[in-house]
Amino acid sequence: MKQAEKGINQVSLADKLRAYRRRPGSFILLLFVLISAAITILSLGYLVVYVLVKGVPHLTPSLFAWEYNSNNVSMMPAIINTILMTLLTLVIAAPLGIFAAIYLVEYAKKGNKIVTIVRVTAETLTGIPSIVYGLFGMLFFVLALKWDYSLLSGSFTLAIMVLPVILRATEEALLAVPNSYREGSFGLGAGKMRTVFKIVLPSAMPGILSGIILATGRIVGETAALIYTAGTVAKVPKSVFSSTRTLAVHMYNLSKEGLNTDQAYATAVILLLFVIIINLASDLIAKKFTNANSGAK
Amino acid sequence: MTKWKEKGMELVFLLAACVSILAVVLICVFLFANGIPAIQEIGTSEFLLGTTWKPNNRIFGILPMIVGSIYVTAGAIIIGVPVGILTAIFMACFCPAGIYRFLKAGVNLMAGIPSVVYGFWGLCVLVPLVRDTFGGKGYSILSASILLGMMILPTIISMSETAIRAVPDKYYQGALALGATHERSVFLTVVPAAKSGILAGIILGVGRAIGETMAVIMVAGNQPRLPKGILQGVRTMTANIVIEMGYATDLHRQALIATGVVLFVFILIINLLFSVIKRKKVGA
Repeated sequence: MKQAEKGINQVSLADKLRAYRRRPGSFILLLFVLISAAITILSLGYLVVYVLVKGVPHLTPSLFAWEYNSNNVSMMPAIINTILMTLLTLVIAAPLGIFAAIYLVEYAKKGNKIVTIVRVTAETLTGIPSIVYGLFGMLFFVLALKWDYSLLSGSFTLAIMVLPVILRATEEALLAVPNSYREGSFGLGAGKMRTVFKIVLPSAMPGILSGIILATGRIVGETAALIYTAGTVAKVPKSVFSSTRTLAVHMYNLSKEGLNTDQAYATAVILLLFVIIINLASDLIAKKFTNANSGAK
Repeated sequence: MTKWKEKGMELVFLLAACVSILAVVLICVFLFANGIPAIQEIGTSEFLLGTTWKPNNRIFGILPMIVGSIYVTAGAIIIGVPVGILTAIFMACFCPAGIYRFLKAGVNLMAGIPSVVYGFWGLCVLVPLVRDTFGGKGYSILSASILLGMMILPTIISMSETAIRAVPDKYYQGALALGATHERSVFLTVVPAAKSGILAGIILGVGRAIGETMAVIMVAGNQPRLPKGILQGVRTMTANIVIEMGYATDLHRQALIATGVVLFVFILIINLLFSVIKRKKVGA
């Protein structure tokens, strides 16, 4: 860019530095801010690069063998289990979360006590640490309902855990749907249910999807809630009542045993990959959402 | 017919909404029903204030674990909060758009990385680092604090950033017009105006740190005794549950569930603080 003409509100770097010399306090604050941002990004970079460098060379074909044994420490069963666990959890949690949000936004009247209670309990659920979910899952699903360590116990435990995530996202998405849509639908003679399913839900879809993706991320990364609900058997389950081990639990077991550090790094790479894909997907949907919204105006 | 269907669907939606209430009630009932009898059998003060944890001798004092959780969480706050808030300030007020996209994606990635991956990285990088620089075994409060400080960064950053962005522009412009520098305007007018949002972020971070399990187990050493310095190993309440639940029976098992109850109560208090502060923000 040409710097022939200088606007009155333009400051050159030299001017800036001169100004900072007069105000050392401001300069120190600026330094602190820059250093902190650098720490954040460097610590993340260190983690990601370290895991990739240590892990990628160990991504051998034997790690993806269909059967797990102590020689190949294959993570393939764990990957399949993770996908199964995610699907089953979402099948349980997504309808519950979405329906609950529909009730809160579309049906509940203003000042309804249930709305307040649901909000407070959902907030409480968000704050509960995963190990407490794990304990509860063990006491309730594994012992009281006698489901044993199983895919089912694990996914029900996780479903409670991600329920508030989906609920909140759907609620926000529904609230963002303009009221004129609903009025238009009613005006054309549609009933309440028809309006909700044909008009409101489709326009809220991107927001709901981003909630589901967020939930997927939590399910994939979860360990503490699963060890004592789904167990640690490294096999593809025969039924929903078989014990399974997801990828994150698999990785915990590898690093706990301390024998297969290289394979643990390789597993970490796959987990990171999952997370990156999930983040990209949610970015993509968020972008679509904002585009669609600005188009509607 | 249609009316009947409408009513039926409304009922289905209502029932779905009640699931989260039911979940909280069930969690409370099952945890307390299994934990409280153990606390009574051991004795409340012996359980909460006892400094010895020897399940084989039927001595169950979880004070070391409570203290451990508090130390590690405090360490994470000392490390994570300043860095997190300053990074949020950078993102909201200093960052060029080009870097912002990159940084935002980075923070989102940090939030998504599973805790086992953090833990494993801590085990392979932080523990040797602490051992070589400060001595000791490396499995220590310090390692756990650094790792947890890192893990709560995304929570604190995104909450603080939202709070700072919500401050009306005129605050900043007013300060600038009075002759304050950019930094001074940001730090003395914008950030104080965002303080309740930032505080909410910190409390959320405390909740995450105190509830974190897998990462802490891998770097904290897990000795159930009162630590004498930050280079000593420590066991948190969360670690206590995961490590021993696999083989615990009878009273030992119940004592572990009771540990979960204590943790749960801590979390409920933190949640309560969080909602009080949030409500205050809305009122202001």
